[in-house]
Parts: sequence; C-alpha cells; structure tokens
Amino acid sequence: MFGLCTKFGKLTLCDNYLKAMSGNQSNTSAAPLVAMRGITKAYPGCLANDSIDLFVDAGTIHALLGENGAGKSTLVKILYGLLQADAGSIEWRGESVTIASPAQARQLGIALVFQHFSLFEALSVLENIALGMAVDANNELKQKIIEVSNRYGLPLDPDRQVYTLSVGERQRIEIVRCLLQDPKLLIMDEPTSVLTPQEVNDLFVTLRRLSEEGVAILYISHKLHEIKALCSEATILRGGKRVATAIPEQESTHSLASLMMGDELVAPERETHTPQDKVLLSLSNASRAAAEQHEVPLENINLNVRAGEIVGIAGVAGNGQDELMQVISGEQALGHAQALVLDGEPAGTMSPGARRAKGLCCVPEERLGHASVPSMSLTENAFLTAHHRTNMRTIGLISKRKSKRFAEQVIEQFNVQCNGTATAAASLSGGNLQKFIVGREIEQKPSVFVVSQPTWGVDAGAAAAIHKSLQDMARQGAAVLVISQDLDELMLISDRIAALCAGRLSDVHQTEDVTVQQLGELMGGASISAEVSA
Amino acid sequence: MIRLEARAEPSKLMGFAAPVIALLVTLFAGLILFALLGVPVGKAFYAFFIEPLSSTYGLSELGVKAAPLIMIAVALSIGYRANVWNIGAEGQLILGGICGGAVALYFYEVEKWYVLPLMTLAGILGGMFWAAIPALLRTRFNANEILTSLMLTYIAALLLSLLVHGPLRDPDGFNFPESRLFHAAATLPIIFEGTRLHIGALVALLLVVVGWVLLSRTLLGFALKVNGQAPRAGAYAGFTQNRLIWFSLLFCGAAAGCAGLFEVAGPIGQLLPNISPGYGFTAIIVAFLGRLHPVGVVFAGLVMALSYLGGESAQISLNLPVAVTGVFQGMLLFFLLAADVLINYRVVWGRRGTAGRGASL
Repeated sequence: MFGLCTKFGKLTLCDNYLKAMSGNQSNTSAAPLVAMRGITKAYPGCLANDSIDLFVDAGTIHALLGENGAGKSTLVKILYGLLQADAGSIEWRGESVTIASPAQARQLGIALVFQHFSLFEALSVLENIALGMAVDANNELKQKIIEVSNRYGLPLDPDRQVYTLSVGERQRIEIVRCLLQDPKLLIMDEPTSVLTPQEVNDLFVTLRRLSEEGVAILYISHKLHEIKALCSEATILRGGKRVATAIPEQESTHSLASLMMGDELVAPERETHTPQDKVLLSLSNASRAAAEQHEVPLENINLNVRAGEIVGIAGVAGNGQDELMQVISGEQALGHAQALVLDGEPAGTMSPGARRAKGLCCVPEERLGHASVPSMSLTENAFLTAHHRTNMRTIGLISKRKSKRFAEQVIEQFNVQCNGTATAAASLSGGNLQKFIVGREIEQKPSVFVVSQPTWGVDAGAAAAIHKSLQDMARQGAAVLVISQDLDELMLISDRIAALCAGRLSDVHQTEDVTVQQLGELMGGASISAEVSA
Repeated sequence: MIRLEARAEPSKLMGFAAPVIALLVTLFAGLILFALLGVPVGKAFYAFFIEPLSSTYGLSELGVKAAPLIMIAVALSIGYRANVWNIGAEGQLILGGICGGAVALYFYEVEKWYVLPLMTLAGILGGMFWAAIPALLRTRFNANEILTSLMLTYIAALLLSLLVHGPLRDPDGFNFPESRLFHAAATLPIIFEGTRLHIGALVALLLVVVGWVLLSRTLLGFALKVNGQAPRAGAYAGFTQNRLIWFSLLFCGAAAGCAGLFEVAGPIGQLLPNISPGYGFTAIIVAFLGRLHPVGVVFAGLVMALSYLGGESAQISLNLPVAVTGVFQGMLLFFLLAADVLINYRVVWGRRGTAGRGASL
C-alpha cells in the first residue's frame, strides 16, 4: 500500500513538472494557479490537516478526494479564508498570499459553492444573488444573470421565488452567483449529492465548459465514478494527510477507493433476497394534503413491502420524501386507519409510539433536530426512541443506567467515534451521528425498518457497514424501505425500486429490470413502458 | 480590546456562575444607586441585606415570601423547558385566591376540618381554569400564550377588585373593600408559633421534589425537554405537542392557584383588592435565576424573597420608596440575561484576526 502511494506521488510530481515545462494551457507562468504547501491545522484533540500540499493548475478540474473526516472541508475552508492555517503557505499565481477572509478570497478570484445552500426562500433569485454579492438588485444585474446562465447552460429565471425551485435549480443560483464574480478558481463541495443523473450530466457539461475557458475547478467528492468521468487530476486525503495524487483516468475506481480508504474496500456485494409472501408494511391510496406552504402533497401512494426484502424509493429531494416518511412514522396521521397497514393491522391513525411498539422503526433524513435532539447527550438520544421497544425504565422512572448501556451498545456495534455517552449529539460529526441514529434504530430489532438517506455524509467504510446491516435485517425477515437520493446505493441494495416525483409514487419495479437512465426518467415523473415493468 | 468569541460548546461552569455574577453586579450597582440617592452605603447595605436576616422572625418571613415564589417558579420552569411561555402566573395566583377565598367565605359559619382542603382544591382549580384559557387559545387557534396569559392577569386583578367591592365585601366592614376575616379552620396551620411561616413552605419544598423527579426521571419530563429543544424530534419520538402545552399551563395554573390560596388563607387571612406583591411576575425571574431547575429555584426564591424584605426594611429605616424592590429585581434579571452570554461566549482580550501572522508561514 505504502509503495503504491509513493509511486503515485512520484508520478504526479513528474506530471506537474512536465506540464510546467511545456507551458500549460493559457497559463504561461510555470507556477500553478494555487499552491498550498505544508498546510497544517489542529483542532482540540484532532489534527485535521497534517502538512498537506495541494497544487491546482488553471484550466484543470482537480478532484479533492477523501472520506468524511479526511480533512477536505478544513483544507477548503483555509483556502477560502474561513479558517486560518496553523502552519503552511499559500501561493496564488506564484505569489505568496494570506487569505484572511472569504471577501479576500473572492477578491483573488476564488469562489466556493457550498454543499448546503444559504438562500432566502421568500426572496427571488435576483434578490438572493444581489444579497450574496452585496449589490443592488437592479436590471443590470438581472441582465448579467440571464447572460451568464445562458452562456453556461444554467437556465434560471431571476424573478422566480426561491421556495418554488428544486434543489438542482437552487444549486444553479449558487453557481451563477459565483460565476458573476468572474472566478479563476471555483470550488465545488459535493455538488452532485442533491441532483438527478440528468442534472449531474448537465452540471458536468457546465463545468467542462468553464474549465475550457481557463477556470480551475476544485471538485470535492467521494464519488469515484464522477471523479473518473470529470477530473484530470486528483489529490487524495486520508486522516488529515495527503496520501497520494493521481490521474483519475489512469486509475480504476477500485484503486482510487483503496487509496482513499487505506485498506481494501469491502463493499457489500449486491445480494438479492427471497421475500416471503407476508406483507409487513402496506400503503394503499395514502394521500395527504400539504399542511404548509412548502410541503408536498402526497397523492395515492400504493406500496407493499414484504418480509425479507429491501424496497428502494428514489427521488430528488423535495418531492415528498419527508412527507412520506412522516406519514409512515406516524408524525402525520393519515385520514383513515386502512391507508397504512402494519403487519396486518390497520395503523393509519396510530401514534408514532404505538407504531414503534408494533415493530416499525424509522430514521428521518434530518439528523439534527429531527432524528436527534442536538443539545442532549447520546444517552438521552438513545432513550428518545428506544424506550418503546427496550426496557429503559425502573418502576416507571427513566433509568439512566439502562439507557446508557443501550447507547454504549450502539456506539460499539456501529463504531461511532465519540467521547462517551455523555457527549451532546450536536458535537458529533455528521457521519458519526448518522451511524449512531441508524444504529439506534437497528439495535431495536424492528420488523419494519424505514430509513431516509441512510448513508448521507457517511464515509464509504461506514456506508458499507450500514448497507450490510440493512441486508442482514432483510435476510432475517424484516421489511426494509430505503428512501434515498443516492441511486448507486439503491441499485446496490434494493430488491425492488420505485421513484417519488411531486408526491406521486411510480410503479415498483424489480431492480434488475431497471437501468439508471430509466430510473432517472421515473424520478422526473415519466413511467417505464410496459415490457420493462415487473 | 475586549471581544466575545463563541465557545465550542456551552460552558457548564458558566451556567452556574452566571447567576452569581449577576447577583454580585446587582449588589454593586445597587450600592452605587444608594450612594447617588445620598443614602450612606453601609447603612443601606445593612438595611437591605443583613437586617432582614438577623432575627428568627426575619428568617421566617423569608420563608413566607419565598414559598409562593418557589411554588410558582418550579411550575414555570417546567413549562419554560418545554417552550411554553406562561407569563400570567400572577393572574392564575389571583384566581386561586378568589376561588379558594370564596369557598372560605361560603363556609364562614362552618368551622370544620374539611373547609381548608376544599379551599385548596378550589384555589387549584381556579388557577387551572385561568391557565386553561391560554392553553385552549394556543392549541386551538395558535394564539401566543405570552400575550394571552399576560392580558388575563389584568382581567384577574380587576375581577378580584370587582368582587371585594361587591359580592364578597364584608357586610359589617363599613364599606371597606375587603372580605370577612377567615376563621381558624379556614387559615393555614403555622409551623413555628409566633411567626407567620405556614405549611405552604412545606408544600413548596414538596413541589420542588416533585418537579425535580418529573423533569429528570419521568417520560413526561423528558418529553417536555425534548419538545422545548427540538419540537420535530419530539414529534418523531411520538410526544404530542398540544398535550404538553396543556400540561405545562395547567400544572403552572395549579401551582400558582394554590400559592394564591395560601396567601389569602395564610399571611393575609381575608380577600383584599391586592393579594400579591407581584409574586407571579417575580417567579419568572426566580425561574431563570434558578436555571429552570427545581433545586436552583429554591436558592433563587430565597434571594428574591430577600429583595422583598430588604425593600420593606429600607423603606422603614431609610425612608426609601417601595419601588426599590422592583428596581433590584429588574436589575437582577437584566444582569442575569447579560451574564448568560458568557455561557455561549468567552471574553477574549487582544486584537482580532491575523495579528502576529506573517504573509506566509
């Protein structure tokens, strides 16, 4: 392994050298656009970046690859002026610079598209962009927006209210906002996690176009096939260190993955389960009107999940996934009891607690504030849902000892990195909290398990572990329903698959019979022609 | 230069230290205030803080004032933990006094053991009824309970005034706006002979224990805390928001109503146009000063009770206006809210940003 890293290191140094010699693209100087050298940043108890080097040339798409917690975000935040390095230097076009603030970074020509957008829902696209750039929302800006969005194939109506836009469209606002500032370096933080396959293709077209125009793109991701498809160079981080640089085209996804994770990746094999005939969870004509402005109404959802199978529900965020989860979990009651049948018993009007007691455990998408109470300890968060199915009380009073033991069990089983059970949920990293929450529900041994975005923000190793436990559950006869935006994940683990679009659920198909392309169409609301459907 | 820097996580130490800091700063500011008023500082300090505590009677009076404050503040803390902002405990206290007092007056010729329990029950139900109104408005119409409960306080005060000027007025009282004096079976037993310290103080301590167990060890208390901190997580866990709102308000109404009845059946012994020196409002300060924790509330209740006694004492010996009490209470809350910033922020001396950093390291 170590030998491999060195090999790649040499390879790339050599490569950079050659490029510098030949005069790369429009950049006539030998220096790369950005050179970060020996960047070190320590947090209390953790060395997030350990002497990392990163070189990005103008006009290239450079991948920053690493698992969650590898130090990608920290490095990027330092580059964007959000954090200050403890040691190390940054050179911009060969000149040594200190980037003290994002404003200064923008001045240099560095732009960052965040993974989570900071947009005001009640304002228009134009107003949001104006606010982000601290300029007036006038006609001139509007024209510029239209011009930029046309030029780069990012259709955007400046007068639309943001709350009416899909996540993909919202991302376009952020990209356009960055492009208006005429950046030399565009940093994209996990941009495709919220997009349909078609939208991903569109985004790639835009990014390639930008790179042809000489803009350097730093592309942060852990999705290997995207990096292979898009990026010309890659810097790979693991545990706060730069372990390798590579040319993605010359690597297999497998070799990239092993560089990223350090040891051989044990990705779960695709396995099919033989479902029993018994339907454990059944929705029939389940409808629910939108209670609030931003909610998506659910229309006539029909779905059966049998014992021993995994059913996947694909869909772009904001198409009713949250609402579907809430009617299944019981947070929102359905009009009549028969709309949801749980293990043969009408449960449409049951409370969440009663459903849990019947064997239905759910993991909603939002980890902090929905699946957990941010300020409470892991012990208390374990008690939050587990007390229905696990004995956590002594003569009616909450037993801290029993809750703590359960929390410890989850932490151990699911390898949650934390400082003990007294840690507040909010202080865990996203991936670790996800492991804890998913683990908390799985440890309750549900007969019906419904999970939304099971591996969002989780590193590949943990994702594999979560996938494996979902498969184990199905094998042991539980009915598992996975709602996810990650198509690879759904194609890998689900036996049958459907897509949710604008609150309507498509027909359910055998996963083997559906291609990713067809699934993308289902996510857009089309239906697959008759010969394919199961 | 001094600036505030966000802490990585809230400081537990500051959670405890903030009330102490606020108390000390209040004390200091109070003494400056006395000095500006031309009162000798040492004498004022003695009159306000030492004199009330220097006799057994003074100490018993501290208990008399602290009991209603603690009872109400424990109940308020529970509601505040659940984000139910009942500001109208004063009104619920008055209703408790009215209902319990009315029972006492109805039985004015009956000196039986059951009169006092009936009065207590009536007081509790009266307070609950008054708290049920904001609860209903909140759960049915989503009306803000801060406004509704506060406004109901003024209605309660006027209702009491109306009753003691009218139907509940003492027929032999020369038209003074006050009721008959309650007879012995309708007044609270005294704990120590020669003082006014009544069994309400014991009830307050009992309520502290109940509140503590409720918040720390019961599912209901857990649900209240979860819904206060993350309502969506509460819904996910299956805690019904409306039920918790009803519970918070009714529990507080019961405690405040009971405290009100204890006032009229204890130290006062009859119905008057004014039966509380703002206990229901002061209890809000007590709840926050006590960190919304039943045990903390005991200490905070004693401190605030002292501000009442000190105010009276300063009035008598130094000729200061009665408003001094309110000024002290207000300052304390003000400084407490300011000191609470330190829970989430730390004070840093020195210049901001990249001072001392070279262009490249």
